[in-house]
Amino acid sequence: MISAPFDYIRPESLDEACRVLAEADTAGDDVKVLAGGQSLLPLLRLRLAYPAALVDIGRLRELRGVRDGGDHVLIGAMTTHDEVLRSALIRKEIPLVALATATVADPAVRHRGTFGGSLAHADPAGDLPAVALALDCVFVARSSAGGREIPAADFFVDYLETALEPGEVLAGVRVPKLGPGWGFHYEKFHRTAQSWATVGVAAAVRLDGGTVEEARIALTNMGPAPVRARAVEETLRGVSPAPSASGARDPLADACDRADEGTSPPADLHGGPGYRRHLARVLTRRAVAAAV
Amino acid sequence: MSEQLDAGLIAQRIAEDDGLGRPSAGHEVGRARRRKEDARLVTGRTTWTDNVQLPGMLYVAFLRSPMAHARIIRVDVSAARTLPGVVAAYGGADFAGEQGSLPCAWPVTEDIVIPDHPPMAVTEVRYVGEAVACVVATDRFKAADALEAIEVDYEPLRAVVDMTEALAEDAPKVHEPGNRAFTWKFAQGDVDAAFRDAPVVIDRTYVQQRLIPTAMEPRAVVASTDGQTFTLYSSTQIPHVLRVMLAMTTGIPEHRLRVIAPDVGGGFGSKLQVTAEEVLALLLTRRLGRPVKWTESRSEGNLTVHHGRDQLQRISIAAERDGRIRGVKVDLLADMGAYLMLVTPGVPLLGAFMYGGIYKMDAYDFTCTGVFTTKMPTDAYRGAGRPEATFAIERAVDELACELGLDPVEVRRRNWITHEEFPYTTVCGLTYDSGNYEAATARALELFGYDRLRAEQAERRERRDPVQLGVGVSTYTEMCGLAPSRVLGSLRYGAGGWEHATVRMLPTGKVEVVTGTSPHGQGHETAWSQITADALGVPFEDVSVLHGDTAVSHKGMDTYGSRSLVVGGVAVLSACEKVKDRARELAAHVLEASADDIEFSDGSFKVRGTDEGRTIQELALAAFAAHDLPDGFEPRLDAESTFDPDNFSFPHGTHLCAVEVDTETGRCSIRSYVAVDDVGSVVNPLIVEGQVHGGIAQGVAQALFEEAVHDAEGNLLTTTMADYLIPSASDLPAFVTDRTETPATSNPLGVKGVGEAGTIASTPAVVNAIVDALRPYGVRDVRMPCTPERVWRAIAEAPARPAATGPEESESAISEGGAR
Ligand SMILES: Cc1cc2nc3c(=O)[nH]c(=O)nc-3n(C[C@H](O)[C@H](O)[C@H](O)COP(=O)(O)OP(=O)(O)OC[C@H]3O[C@@H](n4cnc5c(N)ncnc54)[C@H](O)[C@@H]3O)c2cc1C
Repeated sequence: MISAPFDYIRPESLDEACRVLAEADTAGDDVKVLAGGQSLLPLLRLRLAYPAALVDIGRLRELRGVRDGGDHVLIGAMTTHDEVLRSALIRKEIPLVALATATVADPAVRHRGTFGGSLAHADPAGDLPAVALALDCVFVARSSAGGREIPAADFFVDYLETALEPGEVLAGVRVPKLGPGWGFHYEKFHRTAQSWATVGVAAAVRLDGGTVEEARIALTNMGPAPVRARAVEETLRGVSPAPSASGARDPLADACDRADEGTSPPADLHGGPGYRRHLARVLTRRAVAAAV
Repeated sequence: MSEQLDAGLIAQRIAEDDGLGRPSAGHEVGRARRRKEDARLVTGRTTWTDNVQLPGMLYVAFLRSPMAHARIIRVDVSAARTLPGVVAAYGGADFAGEQGSLPCAWPVTEDIVIPDHPPMAVTEVRYVGEAVACVVATDRFKAADALEAIEVDYEPLRAVVDMTEALAEDAPKVHEPGNRAFTWKFAQGDVDAAFRDAPVVIDRTYVQQRLIPTAMEPRAVVASTDGQTFTLYSSTQIPHVLRVMLAMTTGIPEHRLRVIAPDVGGGFGSKLQVTAEEVLALLLTRRLGRPVKWTESRSEGNLTVHHGRDQLQRISIAAERDGRIRGVKVDLLADMGAYLMLVTPGVPLLGAFMYGGIYKMDAYDFTCTGVFTTKMPTDAYRGAGRPEATFAIERAVDELACELGLDPVEVRRRNWITHEEFPYTTVCGLTYDSGNYEAATARALELFGYDRLRAEQAERRERRDPVQLGVGVSTYTEMCGLAPSRVLGSLRYGAGGWEHATVRMLPTGKVEVVTGTSPHGQGHETAWSQITADALGVPFEDVSVLHGDTAVSHKGMDTYGSRSLVVGGVAVLSACEKVKDRARELAAHVLEASADDIEFSDGSFKVRGTDEGRTIQELALAAFAAHDLPDGFEPRLDAESTFDPDNFSFPHGTHLCAVEVDTETGRCSIRSYVAVDDVGSVVNPLIVEGQVHGGIAQGVAQALFEEAVHDAEGNLLTTTMADYLIPSASDLPAFVTDRTETPATSNPLGVKGVGEAGTIASTPAVVNAIVDALRPYGVRDVRMPCTPERVWRAIAEAPARPAATGPEESESAISEGGAR
């Protein structure tokens, strides 16, 4: 597969990148930001996208790296999946990000693909959008007009569509530290080790005195964009996740049976909507049980 | 041979191989030699077809039909021709006079319908991906871009994707004569009597899904001409067959056509073909006078490499109450796809004689109907016909065991041919020369811990564990070593099944073996060197093996059907014997003794009872110098041999698989897998091990992962590897393998072939295990691939489902639609 011809621009600074994007936007040119290329290049090679130019942000050191921001961790958009996995700060303060990233693709892809690219691409089968949604991350966007912050709840708009405007670059993501008492798990169901999630569940759960005080649960691939399982989050409050006496209804399972409420799962070769709804319920139960 | 080869042991063997402690000649056969070709293959420092660069080379890209069935109204390449770098662009009509029809070499019946199969479609397209136009440009990028400037108008016709629908009265016709290509029948014994009043009858239908062979190296072709002669490089398994076929179809005289298969990165049957791209590359180089190259992309390959399997199998077994089989009836629909390619119609016939498996019975009846659909043609894929047969009989025998409340191993035991009964002529008329099913099964059961696993299964059932355990048995045999030419003739195949070898003694005592087999990953250079080293008493390192170029290896039938060692290896041995005979004659002359008094051992010819002798290397030099030869002795030791086997070979074995089925999600995970194979004598245990591992992986892939899925319009939905799932090492368990060794009596090496065994054995082992796990739920079958969704639905829809959540909607995912 060979992509259609395109121009290639490689800015040396974020300001320059923003300027190039702004000019293209004014001129009405279809340009695309190129990060790790792991999602964009396949689209080009299958000739599903025909951008006039690619703006390669691979040289922008300012977009790379993980920093402690006090109540949050700031992950630069160009930080690769592999760098995320190697970050002690991420493992300690925001382990859910590491847990989910470890399930992404294979080592080769993880060395090229980026944290920001995964989120900006907004593939509903991608593993990180649900994590960002569950953790209420804040997306930091930059353009020639300046910067703005977008809450995760507003960032994922639709299938492969985010709140980023043409001319905007995702610079980084603030991941809140949830503090003590939280447990985390990312439960991914996929058919082969390298395949995308049929369904995934990102769970963060805080217990207080043996019962759930707060739960944050978001689902991968249960609709055109990641969704919070709000019904489960509410029903879980006050529930004891310990296995119940045999014979009795399991309140944890009862709560998780609501995982597919408000979802609109797709049908594809890996599963129909009904199967995905069922998986969401089973996997949410497993994710919550594993998180606590 | 009851030792187990694990990774540590293999590493140790490889270390030993690097010269520690073993003699370097005399005991090569049976030794776990590291493959001599691997360094260049795995580092890529070799010639793959796509690496071939010739001066003035042009690049070809094909425009392919986006429709499964349509009339071509107009093809306009004029805009493409004007683009920069484009040298030529053509539609099918531009080749109409010269492109001929792609060959089918196996007209299985007298009245078979063999439709015209133009390499480039001219008036009608019959599958998505069929070539309708091409561009030739100065680089592959310009060629790809220019495809978008070609305009094609189609008048859509109705697609027909499903075989049963294709046979209906009002089905759209793929070809004018209709959608039935042939019906082939075979019967032995009185089947009606066997089924009449049979105490037990098992009647099942199984779907062999369509598979896409996925070789590591995509197909690639380079064609060039000097105006007189033509050279075709192709990533093919069959340079020799290809040359004959291309000479017949293109009109290029055979002696002016050279076909080269340089190193080839896998084939699995998919490169046992005469492809449209090969023919068109030759026509283009003839027309343009410049070399042309085409290399497929992976998605292009998924569409247009010939597909495999795709059969609908109805199998019935009539049996006694004690489990003894009276007879078997098989009724098959085989999806040909849109055309008959090289051996398309013959694939089900290769299975026709194997539905009896390793069992004794009195009657057998087989019918196969080949059906045209608007899909890519099918053809040989690892095992070709035999995996399908083995799957059906091994699945059905498990059903018989279940029906009778017997252990699946016990039912097999009551029916199999015992080791004292060999040679045994089966109901299908094949004579199995040797085997020992008892020994292989006993060893497999022991390694597997069969009783322990059954106990755990009972325990999990008892406590209604959401993760159930299943045990799957597969006791297979296969016919390989294709093939006795006379038998092929009786089956109406267009060629013979012999193989050729030439052994050349070079003046310095080194040896060149020229083989007609065409390795594409199997390690022939190593195995043939081992055979030669032992036969001639020369060091392994002193042998080189030449292959894959019709100008070097002038005669051959190539590599497929686990034939290379069994036929080609034997040809090498027999050529070595002839070299030895000549050397003996020369030695007798030089040593002034009678030939009868010359003894050969460890590379030396000695006068019996003396130390007087000559090494084979000395004799090679003497023959080269030719100063002192016996009268009438031609100055050479070289010899050739063409070996035509008398019989097939029949590897067999017992594979056992334990699967954990997560009944909540439907996920099936293989917990342990034991394979005990009997492939006869072993030339190189490391190579055997590799073939078994790869084979099992491929068979597991059919059971769990792979399926070519089409929608109702005939569009292939699995064009990329994100949708067509190939398992990787992370998806497979560590296989436990072992061997029993019952030498074949039908060839002097005692070998049986191992290329397809793993694939043939493993698929039913896995599916039997899954069904076994789910018997308490009332599940009788799960269609392959046993995806989590299918398994979950099978549980949910089964009669005896223990309280579980079922599917809310009865309509199923796309994967259930039009998949066959
Ligand atoms: C074989 C394979 C398997 C995979 N499996 C998984 C998986 O299991 N789970 C998973 O989550 N992902 C998977 N991926 C995707 C992988 O995680 C990608 O890295 C990721 O989706 C995109 O990151 P990237 O840096 O490669 O972005 P690119 O491909 O370069 O870009 C993707 C899109 O995002 C835009 N973009 C990228 N960065 C920015 C930015 N900073 N600002 C604005 N727009 C931007 C681009 O314009 C483009 O539209 C897989 C990929 C492959 C090739």
